[in-house]
Amino acid sequence: MSTATSTQQAPAHGHGVEHHHEPGFWQKYVFSTDHKIIGIQYGLSALVFLMFGFLLMMCMRFQLAYPGQKIPVFGSLLEAMLGDAAKGGAMSADLYNSFGAMHGTIMVFLAIVPLAFGAFGNYVTPLQIGAPDMAFPRLNMASYHAYFLGGALMVASFFVPGGSAKSGWTSYSPLATVAEFGKPFNGQTLWLIGMVMLITSSLLGAVNFITTIIQLRAKGMTWMRLPFFVWAQFVTGFLLLLAFPPLEAAGVLQLMDNLFHTSFFLPTGLVVGGDQLPVAGGGSPLLWQHLFWFLGHPEVYVLILPAMGIVSEVIANNTRKPLWGYKSMVYAVMSIGFLSFIVWAHHMYLTGMGTKVSTFFQTTTMMISIPSVMILTALFISLWGGSIRFNTPMLFALSFLPMFGIGGLTGLPLGFNASDIYLHDSYYVIGHFHYVVAPGTIFGLMAGIYFWFPKMTGRYMNETLGKIHFWFSLLGMNLVFAPMFIQGLKGMSRRMADGGTTYFGADDIAIKLNTSITHAAVLLGLAQLPFIVNLFLSIRNGRKVESDNPWQATTLDWATPTPPPHGNFATEPIVYRGPYEYSSPGAARDFTPQGQKV
Amino acid sequence: MEIPYTYKARPDTGLYNAKVGIWLFLASEIMLFGALFSSYILLRVQAPDGVWPEMRLGWPHGLLNIPIGTFNTVVLISSSVTVVMAWASLKMGKIAAFRRYMILTLMCAFGFLGVKSYEYNEKFTHYELRLKNGEVHTGHLEVNGKHPGFWSFADIWNLDRLTKEKVAEVQFTADPPKPKAGEAHAAEAGHEHVAKAIKRDEISRLEAFIPRNHNFFAIYFTITALHGLHVFVGALVMAYFAFPGSRMWRTNPEQFTNRIEVVGLFWHFVDLVWIFLFPVVYLL
Repeated sequence: MSTATSTQQAPAHGHGVEHHHEPGFWQKYVFSTDHKIIGIQYGLSALVFLMFGFLLMMCMRFQLAYPGQKIPVFGSLLEAMLGDAAKGGAMSADLYNSFGAMHGTIMVFLAIVPLAFGAFGNYVTPLQIGAPDMAFPRLNMASYHAYFLGGALMVASFFVPGGSAKSGWTSYSPLATVAEFGKPFNGQTLWLIGMVMLITSSLLGAVNFITTIIQLRAKGMTWMRLPFFVWAQFVTGFLLLLAFPPLEAAGVLQLMDNLFHTSFFLPTGLVVGGDQLPVAGGGSPLLWQHLFWFLGHPEVYVLILPAMGIVSEVIANNTRKPLWGYKSMVYAVMSIGFLSFIVWAHHMYLTGMGTKVSTFFQTTTMMISIPSVMILTALFISLWGGSIRFNTPMLFALSFLPMFGIGGLTGLPLGFNASDIYLHDSYYVIGHFHYVVAPGTIFGLMAGIYFWFPKMTGRYMNETLGKIHFWFSLLGMNLVFAPMFIQGLKGMSRRMADGGTTYFGADDIAIKLNTSITHAAVLLGLAQLPFIVNLFLSIRNGRKVESDNPWQATTLDWATPTPPPHGNFATEPIVYRGPYEYSSPGAARDFTPQGQKV
Repeated sequence: MEIPYTYKARPDTGLYNAKVGIWLFLASEIMLFGALFSSYILLRVQAPDGVWPEMRLGWPHGLLNIPIGTFNTVVLISSSVTVVMAWASLKMGKIAAFRRYMILTLMCAFGFLGVKSYEYNEKFTHYELRLKNGEVHTGHLEVNGKHPGFWSFADIWNLDRLTKEKVAEVQFTADPPKPKAGEAHAAEAGHEHVAKAIKRDEISRLEAFIPRNHNFFAIYFTITALHGLHVFVGALVMAYFAFPGSRMWRTNPEQFTNRIEVVGLFWHFVDLVWIFLFPVVYLL
């Protein structure tokens, strides 16, 4: 708990701390309406799914490096649980497809988004705007429960006959419909129902976040005094609100195709296994892709914007300088939000939708890189001349910049349709988006965990373990994803269950890289152990914080007691200044909190 | 702990929380139905040529009951008026009038759903029959001396089922030709409106007017069912506020009035979807 300068002993005022009887376990941890508990629920569930998704990928990586061999450690377990699909502890092609689809789904919808939006958004946003809770606490709880249910359905889908969905996380029709045609209860059906749950969850979350930010800002918290993290969450909320419903529509249509044998996405004369499919036909496979990517592309920004927000907070705090170009960053994030709705078809250059359409989407795609680069540049310039504190959160935040930079720049050749023809569906694409999401977003989220942990628990996480975690993760990430660019440029296709040995053969450098990537992935996995140990041990044994504001930060989240009680603030916060008044000339200290008068 | 602005408007935005929330929710709903309408347009403009008794621009036409659809449109628009009257009554402090208008709204809502289910059933028992000689008919089916029953999903026939249950012959009553329909094959079907025996071996395709028959029915059933679900959920919420939920009127009339305003906004949206749906699916 807090010490000398703690504000926890001042619960007398009307606004804030609750005095009611202590609620029971279920009330407190499962059916809680407190945004902080819900944030932690989201965070822990998402971390579990992150590990689960990672382990799926480890099995796949082993298969790529050593096709058809028994998977060490997990092989026998897989055989015991999944039966023939993992015969002899080795991975069948079907199982590879199923793990591939679920790795993508779990990482995007069950791990990163819930961690970035559900966990950090829930915990930090109300604190930073000076609100006692979210605008709709019960909706907030329902949002987590819908997410949990969706996640449970996704996990359960591994055990239905035929296994989980195996048509990629993009679930392209007609493959997704014909893969298990005529069997209504299959992994794909559960995937679709699970997605509807997850979409409901993020819809409730998005409505709640946007309303909270519009309505519950503290006195004096004008729009341009909002921390950049809040702006990022605000735009993310709009992306989730408006981009997910078309996927819900697509999901409903695909469910109709799978269960009632309509032909929304099935063209006329579709022949499967030598027989014409007994459906009316007349549908459009492209329609699915348009609806999917209408979500899919804004979703990319849902993944990256919260991480940018976290990184901005950490960088401003640890350079002891105001963010350079705060206003331009705000306008940039709004432009990203708008533009992200009109770039979706750059995922579809090779579908034959026509050169005119491709040219339009190529243009908008190049346009959206401008605001992204603006934010990145502003963050880089923010470092200029700062006396930087290199603690663990700062290391993660700093490495976010070049890693996201690599991810972004390697995306440009994919955005031009001439070069995309060559690179499409190759390992280059995998390298590109993993650079954005893994060492990009996940590093940003890690920075956030190390940064806000002292506020959540009143204790620091261990710095030594943190630095081990950071350096080995950085090394592992790059050893895993950088060689994929080479593989892709050498023409290696993604989604091949045996790592390309049977199709490829011509270039053994690309094939040999499979092995080195797998070894690097093991290193990356081992590098997470210090983090897991650190996370749990520091809750009880970490070094205690000296005050409610251990990082000497300016934003309102550090003006609460530690950990913040139900209702957050001991006295109603009033905001007098912008979010990043660090090292103001003439100020007594090198930081001036937003709530400090004059 | 009190959440601020749960029912009092925030001075600078002029809105209470739930009103912001419902507008955001409706924005998302617009994207949901927008995606479905866009799908409808795309499916329709790129539909391959088919053989239907009546087509307009390559898409089946004239298969829905326009007078009944018009009636339902009027019912739903009326309910939008009554829900505003209910809210206005609360603003004037008249709880009894509020409840009367809510009952009217609920009657409209369930009336709409009742008519809709009649329409659905009409479709489920209506068949498209293609013969091997190229003739295409629509009409009603009689198998083993029985018409497929009311609201019986299991009793929908197709060629596979006829083969599986070894039905050699069905009785088929073709629809009378529409007065304006100029197509030749509609006239060939015969005006007599009597059941005609058709051998299974003559049939090349038999399908009820159900989603799998044609994308026209697929999108019609999907959008109207989703819309119907919205009507149903909206009606349940309004029923709650009309009866048990109106307790709040005594403790916090302002918040209760706001709740009716919010549910009213949702109800207008549901109405608005239908106002687009009716011309797009029935008339065009």
